[in-house]
Amino acid sequence: MRLVKHRLFWPLAALITLVVVNVIANPNFAKITMRDGDLYGNPITILRESTPLMLVALGMTLVIATRGIDLSVGAIMAVSGAVSLTIIDGVSDPNSVPAVLIALVVGVLVALVLGAWNGFLVSVLGIQPIIATLVLMLAGRGAALLITDGKITTVNSEPLAFLANGYLILLPFAFFLWVVAVVVVALIERRTALGMLTEAVGINPEASRLAGVRSRGIVWSAYIASGVLAGIAGLIYAANIKAADANAAGYLIELYAILAVVLGGTSLMGGKFSIAGTVIGVLTVTTLDKTLQFFGVAPAQAPVFFAAVVIVVVLVQSPRVHRWGRSLRVRGRAPAPAPQAAEQADRQKEAVR
Amino acid sequence: MTAVETTPARTGGAKAALVTFSTRHASVLPTFAAIAILIVLLVGAQFQFGNFVSPGNMSALLYDNAHLLILAVGMTFVIVTAGIDLSVGSVMAFTGILGASLLTNGVPVWIAIPAMLVGGALIGLLIGVLVQQFDVQPFIASLAGLFLARGLAFVVSLSSIRIEDPVMDWLRTRFSVGGWYITPTGIIALLTVVVGAVIMHRTRFGRTVYAVGGSEQSARLMGLKVARTKVMVYVISGLCGGLAGLVLTAYSSAGYPRNGIGTELDVIAAVVIGGTLLAGGRGYVLGSLVGVLVFGTINTIISFMGADQSWTHIIVGALLLLFIVVQRAIVARSERGS
Repeated sequence: MRLVKHRLFWPLAALITLVVVNVIANPNFAKITMRDGDLYGNPITILRESTPLMLVALGMTLVIATRGIDLSVGAIMAVSGAVSLTIIDGVSDPNSVPAVLIALVVGVLVALVLGAWNGFLVSVLGIQPIIATLVLMLAGRGAALLITDGKITTVNSEPLAFLANGYLILLPFAFFLWVVAVVVVALIERRTALGMLTEAVGINPEASRLAGVRSRGIVWSAYIASGVLAGIAGLIYAANIKAADANAAGYLIELYAILAVVLGGTSLMGGKFSIAGTVIGVLTVTTLDKTLQFFGVAPAQAPVFFAAVVIVVVLVQSPRVHRWGRSLRVRGRAPAPAPQAAEQADRQKEAVR
Repeated sequence: MTAVETTPARTGGAKAALVTFSTRHASVLPTFAAIAILIVLLVGAQFQFGNFVSPGNMSALLYDNAHLLILAVGMTFVIVTAGIDLSVGSVMAFTGILGASLLTNGVPVWIAIPAMLVGGALIGLLIGVLVQQFDVQPFIASLAGLFLARGLAFVVSLSSIRIEDPVMDWLRTRFSVGGWYITPTGIIALLTVVVGAVIMHRTRFGRTVYAVGGSEQSARLMGLKVARTKVMVYVISGLCGGLAGLVLTAYSSAGYPRNGIGTELDVIAAVVIGGTLLAGGRGYVLGSLVGVLVFGTINTIISFMGADQSWTHIIVGALLLLFIVVQRAIVARSERGS
């Protein structure tokens, strides 16, 4: 029972169920082969292809924890990819490592500035997050298209391709990249007071202000982190297709990232967040995507299934369904006025909010 | 004595009148600002290009943006209740391809068109029920609607479907007077605006929509039908999505499952520029008409300049930001006042 109560139980159960269904349908699903000292196979592909979504969802987790939302991540991905690849396209030798490194750093710095801009609108001007980031979501993709002249800039660069497809000891480099990002964020949030302060701001901004928490800096830094992580994700995406495609880069990724965060058990109401939950959520989304492909669903039709997932997840989290669940359980024992009491308790909770 | 009393009022006469006006009619100010911007854009473009404000150009403004206008009317209802509907672009694509597919499969037009409208309304109903009955945030509920509609569009057909149907052809026939012309699609869009404005300002339902947006708690305590109203606004938005699907399909004489990607953002931007407050409670259907015209004019100016179309979104994004900051200031002032 204690195991079931753990907040990672249901996210993990969903992921494991998905994998088991796949393995039953196709025993080869979990097969990992060794080639030239590197590992290949479906599970490895999922780990590698999760990278952009993982980075974006990680930043989104922090933003959602502050009661915010960042809709501009897809546009930031498009901008960072466009900036870096345009620079690499311009240098004489696209294979030179320093040149590529500088291009990548510039791309990430631009993303940082865009994240800081979002944070400024939200934390200083006090604009609703969904609207503040909508501005950049609209304008960002337009800017990315201007940078690439409306074309798809293709680049043949060894160091860039390594970012998405290279291998480091046994496993893909991109996998290590997201692991490092997750560990760094987890250390900063959980080994310092920052994580607790973030949750305080998310749970009750007014109370945390009265308690002396400087929420402005905390909220601002969450948007900056989201921007930087989205910028890196944009580079990985561009490296994977060896091109900067301002229209396709990060298309709908904000929605998948929000879905992954919610799947991981972080509430959209802000406050308590779970980084491990987000990791599980992202892996679930990527695995579901692969599963659908595997069962012959056209990628374009996949959103129908994701819609079903979103609906199921929000229903499971909805207070009304909780009340039904509780009243069923209570009715099993005694037909007392317990459901009403529960409803009242919920009302009070809502009133407190 | 009287002279002493009236002097300060007289010295600040014009200014005081302005202040009184702006405090009494604060909710109309953003819409006036949008009208001013529209006029400045049109006059500026006329000076720049010489032949901008021509009958053909102005008629095209309505012809090209009819679907946006219909979506904006539905979105106004949703935003005034302090909600948001991200699904409209995808609903438009889904109903468009659904209608095209039905028509090419020999379904008569008097079944196909209602099917499109019902399809849109059903997705709206789903969003509304999630929002109202299950306390799901509008943003996330309409996200489910977006995924569902976009996926269903591709389930109906993975590629575009051309349609040859006399009724659909008729919908884009041009009735010309002088250089001006109007199409049935344009008339549908204008009728939607009129019907929307009448419902919003002249019916009990419309007043409830404003009340819910102003303060849901107060509306409930007043005994207004909050639940029904909140579901209805999403159904209206979905219905408008279906109608926009019809208009866009007639306009392009084809259904295409990729239609309307990102259109929800354009529509939200147009509605906000038209003076509807995102916090809910304030907004005008006619303001949204102005917002869509501003959007369309910017688009036309940019194609006149021969500049890259992506500038449209950058400029609209900047305008959106400007209006949001202004709205923020207005809300802050009215909060201080109360």
